[in-house]
Order: sequence, then structure tokens, then C-alpha cells
Amino acid sequence: MSTSGAAGILISDLGPAVSSPVPPAVSYEAVIGLEVHVQIRTRSKIFTRVAAGYGHEPNTLTDPVVLALPGALPVMNRAALDAIIKAGLLLGCEIAPVCKWDRKNYFYPDSPKNYQISQFDAPVCRGGTVEIELPGSARNVMGEHKRIPLTRIHLEEDVGKLNHGAAESLVDYNRAGTPLMEIVSDPALHSGDEAYAYLTSLRATMIQGGISDCDMEKGQLRCDANISLRPAGSTTLGTKVELKNLNSISFVRDGIEHEIRRQRAILERGGRISQETRDYDGMSGTSQSLRSKEEAHDYRYFPDPDLMPVVIDAAWCERLRAECPELPFDRQRRFLADHQLPYTQTSVLVWDQPLADYFEAAVRLGAAPQAAGNWIINDLRRELAAAGSTPAECRLSPAHLVALLRLVDSGVLLNAAAKEVFVEMFATGDSAEVIADRRGLRAAPTDTAELDGWCRDAIAGNPKAAAEFRSGKDSALNALKGPVMKAAKGKANPKAVDETLRRLLAAV
Amino acid sequence: MTTSTTPLYYLSLAEAAAALSSGRISSAELTDAVIARAEAVEPQLHALLSADPAAARAQAQASDARRAAGKSLGPLDGIPIGLKDVIAVRDQPLTAGSRMLANFISPYDATVTRRLREAGAVLYGRHNCDEFAMGSSTENSAFHPTGNPWDLERVPGGSSGGSAAALAAGEALATLGSDTGGSIRQPAALCGVVGLKPTYGRVSRYGLVAYASSLDQIGPFGRTVEDVALVLQAIAGHDERDSTSLRAKTEDFGAELRGPAIPRRLGLPREYFGEGLDPEVAAAVEQAVSYYRGLGCEVRPVSLPHTPYCLDTYYVLATAEASSNLSRYDGIRYGHRCAEPRDLNDLYSRSRAEGFGAEVKRRIILGTYVLSSGYYDAYYLRAQKVRTLVRRDFLQAFADVDALLTPTSPIPAFRRGEKADPLAMYLCDIYTIGANLAGLPAMSVPCGFTRAGLPVGFQLLGQPLGEAQLLALGHAYDREHQWGRRHPNL
Repeated sequence: MSTSGAAGILISDLGPAVSSPVPPAVSYEAVIGLEVHVQIRTRSKIFTRVAAGYGHEPNTLTDPVVLALPGALPVMNRAALDAIIKAGLLLGCEIAPVCKWDRKNYFYPDSPKNYQISQFDAPVCRGGTVEIELPGSARNVMGEHKRIPLTRIHLEEDVGKLNHGAAESLVDYNRAGTPLMEIVSDPALHSGDEAYAYLTSLRATMIQGGISDCDMEKGQLRCDANISLRPAGSTTLGTKVELKNLNSISFVRDGIEHEIRRQRAILERGGRISQETRDYDGMSGTSQSLRSKEEAHDYRYFPDPDLMPVVIDAAWCERLRAECPELPFDRQRRFLADHQLPYTQTSVLVWDQPLADYFEAAVRLGAAPQAAGNWIINDLRRELAAAGSTPAECRLSPAHLVALLRLVDSGVLLNAAAKEVFVEMFATGDSAEVIADRRGLRAAPTDTAELDGWCRDAIAGNPKAAAEFRSGKDSALNALKGPVMKAAKGKANPKAVDETLRRLLAAV
Repeated sequence: MTTSTTPLYYLSLAEAAAALSSGRISSAELTDAVIARAEAVEPQLHALLSADPAAARAQAQASDARRAAGKSLGPLDGIPIGLKDVIAVRDQPLTAGSRMLANFISPYDATVTRRLREAGAVLYGRHNCDEFAMGSSTENSAFHPTGNPWDLERVPGGSSGGSAAALAAGEALATLGSDTGGSIRQPAALCGVVGLKPTYGRVSRYGLVAYASSLDQIGPFGRTVEDVALVLQAIAGHDERDSTSLRAKTEDFGAELRGPAIPRRLGLPREYFGEGLDPEVAAAVEQAVSYYRGLGCEVRPVSLPHTPYCLDTYYVLATAEASSNLSRYDGIRYGHRCAEPRDLNDLYSRSRAEGFGAEVKRRIILGTYVLSSGYYDAYYLRAQKVRTLVRRDFLQAFADVDALLTPTSPIPAFRRGEKADPLAMYLCDIYTIGANLAGLPAMSVPCGFTRAGLPVGFQLLGQPLGEAQLLALGHAYDREHQWGRRHPNL
């Protein structure tokens, strides 16, 4: 195969019928595994009492332990272990019976001890899945759901941050020692869209579980992607490339698609993929090599003798399980099935736990789910966005909304008036009744001589419609309502108008 | 042993406590005597790396004021105590005997330091040691060697040689050292004082410059077993800043000493009395054994079959941990940094090449090697398994005996420069390493002198958390012999 002689024999055997050796088009499948680092939201750092935080003056969140001064020792923050167990329970992982610590040894100035306390062969969580939803065929159509299997989740400490100047580099250890989870997926994703859906779902689960705020701009969620291509149908993995510095969920998707195109182009040219780590620049949409496999470290992992293993018993897990919220997609399915919300509304509520909580509170107080859904998705969201506020801070409580819905339902408030009342409830926190009275927005009182008069005039002025209605065409009534509303200058209660017209038509 | 003419700096801690308590002396007088003594002997002995007489005098005055107000903090209040220079004292130098930390000032107190302060102790003197506690002679100090007070041409042992020598020479009434493979007990034996390595986890390591975390333990030196018990009382106990510190209750060690019962069954591990044991050391230890027999103890031979593997196991595990523990000395945040580094790797390699001495480099390289990919299972993992077997040996022996009695060091103090071969030096710890691997309490008690006038000590090993019995057993011998109350001509 390797000599030109062999190829020559092959061609002569086939004869002149084969004119040019066009290779058959190979279709490739991308195989992607994601390593996601999630900072755990705790008050103090993972191995000392000093506060964890973001945006402080450099090197103010430090102490002898963070700075690795001679003699300093780590002591585990149980809140960090709570958080990873909770994450594992949410994602259906197997929780290890013991939390054990290892040292990952490497020299770098952002790592004060020049080893990172991490977990090597005994992560707290193994297995589990992240449920994802792929884009649907249209915005209002639910996409395909998949479960992406996880390899492991382990706990470790974050490193500091280097700020490179022209002549010198400065290091800030404020971030060093922040508790970090590394969530490793199986190589089971196949596109940028799947990776996007995976991160969206994982992020929502972590936020809704109270584990992390997952603000990517603050580095609270960071993602590296391992990408390889293989001929479709093959079961062995191709040579992988690790993509780093994917600073947003969109950049993860774009970077993966870029890398898939890059690798496919190389393979189609007959080239080979070299195992390397590449840096993706989301602004320019390009990547460049950071280091090749040959420069890979030997981390010399060994059990950290400064930290004793911690037993995680069933009671501990059960206590945390009780704190776990419903998973986002489970809640969405419930909203679809129990409340018959339209998919587009549930697809907003699924990622917005406070808004979904607000919705459920309103329903519990007696609101019709679909009406409540409409008000919350359209009006409340708009006002919250304009005010830069959250449902929890909002003066318009679910009880306010329920009262408003009652007024609309009973015909006291017409739709346009209700919208005005809503805006003012949001701004003032006053009740719908108070605002409706203050602003004179109540629909005209029913059963008055005035309404009777308008209705009689409408019937008299539209004999054709009146006749049609009497002969059984119910929709003909609408032709009579218009003139009544016009006469009432829009303030008549539609329900009362309907009833009065029917009464008068039946009486004559 | 003491008379009214005993200089204040040679009082036992218990005697000084009584004298302070009765008002016969003040802490200021006692502290001044110790400072003057240190100034007199240091030019020959070199046991100290630094000292802060002004800070010590201020603490002494504060102690006297407390006592005058009837608010004495206990037996250590006003007693000058010195620390090996691997234990952090706030705003004081902390060098670990290394050029790497020649200019380092600790911004915080170790837990033992804090506890000594809380007991009213006057902190005076930072003692020389082998660099990062790696060595058995204090010759590996980057600054200077320390003499043995009994023969200045000889070593005081190590790595806590400065702490043993300073005590033997009257530069403190008690001292603290650290023991990873014998670093308290061996210098105690070579300098003729008592030295205790507590059960692993009995004393907090927070603020102790780490050498080998799973083996390191801080412990006291004293002139008598009783003094050691008094210091242990102050420093022992759980510390929430050290995850490896035990939650065990701290007994009243003094009450145990005064109690009538001592452990009756003594084991002599036959592996500790074989080849390489100096005959004069053997004879002195044998006399101690006879004394215990005379007290009615039942003495029987026992076997610790994995003893031959202790040294190898220790040098795999200790160096592996050390290679990682010493990574933090990189010239970035503190410590020695080379001049004009070309780039990051140059900064790392030259700072460390210049900052560390030969023995430290040797152990870092060895430890890095045994943890390397492909060698981990053969060295580190196997050594951990052997460590388990060594511990099992001891626990099985303790099924039949209450304590073990061995020589502390196979030889008395040797001449400076005599053991240039690292392996010959490593053999100094052959009898002491087992207690570290097994996490057991062990104490060296002085038991006489060679014909050349060099001190000899024997070692008692007890069960985990068996310090109370161990101290009672040692005290039964020590109160009758008081070898630690003899003083060198210095």
C-alpha cells in the first residue's frame, strides 16, 4: 500500500476504464465531549475561611492558606461538598461514599501552592445525565430531547488570575481557592447546537439548584471542548483537539462548528489531525494552536495528606435531596400537561425559575393558568425588563395579578383598561380595584337605562342583523355590539352588552 | 539534683513554675537569665537563628503583671520557651534553616505558638535546624551548624538540633521541635534531654513548615519527663485549622505522672538491638531495662518483622510529600527570587537552585521521581502498603505489651562532617522512623553517658494516644535518674 509500485499495479489491473481516481465522498461524524468548570457559590473559599467573591481589589481576598504561606493548611468547607452532592443528585449521578482529595502538581504562578487540590481517581459524582432540547422546526414547536451522559463531576479549587503587561505580569489571588466543580461529559455530543443546548440546560440546572450563578462573564461557568471527527458509522474515536477559552455559550457553539469545519477540511485533503490544544477567538471566529500533546504535563497526582477523607452517608444525601428543586424540563412537561400552557410560554418559563415560581403562585391562588401565563410572559416580563427588576423584588405580587384577572373575568375591566391597571400596579403596588377606581377605568355599570337605550338604538338602526339573529344566526349579534360600544365610547361592559341585546331581541 | 546554686536558666520548668508561683523569682529575672546565658554561649554553640530579647522581656513583664494581679495562666506562665525555626511566630523570622526563607517574616502564629501565648509562655529564641527539617545533624542548615553542648566538635543531632542544644545549654527552659522521622527524639538523645513526638494528630500542625505532612508532628523538649508533660498539656488538642488533628480529649498528663500505676509489660523489639548498635549505647539502654525490671515490669522480646523496610518506606513517602509541599517556594510570592530572570522557567529554576541546599534538592528530586507517571504504583503505592504493614506490626506487638523500649539512636553524637554519605546519615533514624510511619507517640529519655561523656537516650513507644501512660512510664525512670539535669561545661 505504501509504495507507488503497488498503486501502479492496481491501475494497470483495472485497465483504461477508470480514468481518474476520485475518492468516494466520506461523511464525517463529530464527537464532542465537554469539560465544564462551574464555580460554586459559597460565602467562604473551599479550604479556608476567607470570603469568596468577584470584583474586589486585587489580593484582598487572601490569607495564609490562599497565599500558601509556610505552615498554612487547608480545611474543607462543607458547603462546597454540599453543593456538588446536590449537583450530582439533580443530574442523577452516583454519589461516592467518601470524598477524597488529591494533589495535582504543576508549576504556574496563578497556583499559589504549585499544586491544585482536586480529585483524581475518586470523584464525588459518577454517571448521571444532562437532558437537552435541540432547536425545533419552528419557534413554537418543541425540539427533540436527548439525555447526554456524564462521566464524572469532581470538586477542586480555582486558581488565581494573571494579568499580563508589557514588561511584567501581575497575579491576583482573589479567585484562588474558590470552590469549583468540573463536570465532564462523555464524548456523546455531535454538534455545536447540541453543545449549546447542553450548556443551556446545565447552566439552568445549576442556577435553579442554587449551586452557582453561572455568570460566564465573571468566569463562574467555563467550558473546554474536546472535538474529534470520524467516518460516519465508525465506532472508534478520531484524534481529538481541545478547544479552550470559549467565553460564552454562543462561542462554544461557534467554536465547535469552526473546529469541525477545520478538521473536516484537513481530512478531506487527506491530512491528519494532530492532537493539540487550540485557543478559539470568538470575536474573529478563528483558532490557533496553544500546545501540542508532547508538552502535556505529568501531574504526579497523589492523595493529599493534609486532608482527611470525608464520609458522605445516606442521611447527608437525603437532607440535600430534600433541597433539590424540580428539574427545568420536568417542570416544563408539567406546565404543558397540567396547565395546557402553549409551548412557547413554557419555553420561556423553563429557563426562568423565578418567573415560573411566580406563575405557579398565581395558579395556586386561583388564576386561570392560560390567562396568567399570558400576563406573566407578555406583560410582567416586559415591565420587569424595563425596570431591570426580578419577580421577587416586584411590588405586583401573584395575588395582585389574580385580583386583576378576576376583574377582567367579571367584566369590570376591559382589556385595554386592564393593561393600564397592570402597568400602574407594577409601578405602585396598589391593588387593581384601587387603581381602577382612582383612574375611572371600570366598565360602565350594567343594566342601566342608558345601556338599554344604546341597545334599542342599535337594534332599530340594524334591522337586518336583528332579523338574522332572531332567525338563529348567533354571530349576527356582533354586528349590533359595534354600534353599542361606539355609543358607549368603549366603556360598556361587553358581557352586559351581550346580555342586554339578547334580552331585548328576545322580548320584541 | 538541683541546689540553691543552680542558675535560673538550668531550673527545670516545674521548679521554675514553683519559684514563680511562690514569688521567689520573677519572670523578668528568669527571662533575663536565659537571655544572658544565650548571649554567653551562642558564640560557640550557634543554636539560635534569631531571637527577640525585647519581645521576650515584654512578655515576661506582662506575665509578672498578671501574676501580681492574681491572674496567672498556669505552670507555663512566665517560662521562657524557644521554638525550632519551622514554627510560625507572628512578625518574627521563619527560615526553616533555608536560604529560600532567609528574609521571610511570618504574618501569623502557628497554633502551638498561639497556645503557648495563651498559657503565658515567654517566647524566646528561634532554633537552628536542618534545612526544611531534612537531616539528622543540623549540618544541613543553610546558615551555620550547631554544636553539641557536650562536645562542640560534635553534632547535636537533627533536624531539631538547635532546640535540643539550646535547652541543654540553658538558652530556654523548654523548647519545641518537630519530628518527621526522629527529628525530636534523636537530638534529644544526643544532647541529653527528654524529647517527645506525640501521636500523629495530637498536636496541630497549623503553622509548622511542612516537610512530610503525614509524618510531621510538633513536640516538646524538656529537662525532665515532667517538663515535657507540662508543655504537651499546653499545646495538645484538636485544632479546627488542621484537618489531621485528632478530636481526642486531652488528659491531665501531670495527674497521670503523679498516679501510682505505670504500664507493666515492656517489649524489646529484637530488630532494634542488632547490628550497628554502639555497645556503649546498648549498655546504657540495658541498664534502663534493668531498672524497669527492678520496678516489677515484665520485659519480653517482641518482633516487628517489617522493621527492615522502614527506612526505604520512609524515604519514598516523605520525599514524595516533600516534593509537593516544597513546590510553593517558587520565588513568586515570597522567599528567595533569583536576579533578573529571563522568563518564568528561569525564575523558577534559578530561584529554587539558589534557594535550596543539596539535601533538600536530593529529596525533592527523589520525591518527584517516585510520584512520576509509571513509577507511582511501584514506589509510592507500594510504600503506602508497607506503611500499613509496619503499623500492623506495632499494633500486634501492643496486644502483648503496653510499651516498647528501644535505643533512640544507634550511636552517640558524631563529629561534624563525619557522615558525608547521605545513606550513613539516614541510618541515624533507623530506630525512630517506625513511630512516624505508624503514627505512634514516642519519647527519648536520657539514660546516661558514654565514657567520652556523650549523652545516651532510650526510646519508649506507646499506643496511639497513649501519651499519658508513656509519660508515666518515662517519669518512673526519669525522676530517679535525672540524667537531663546534668549540665555540660559550657
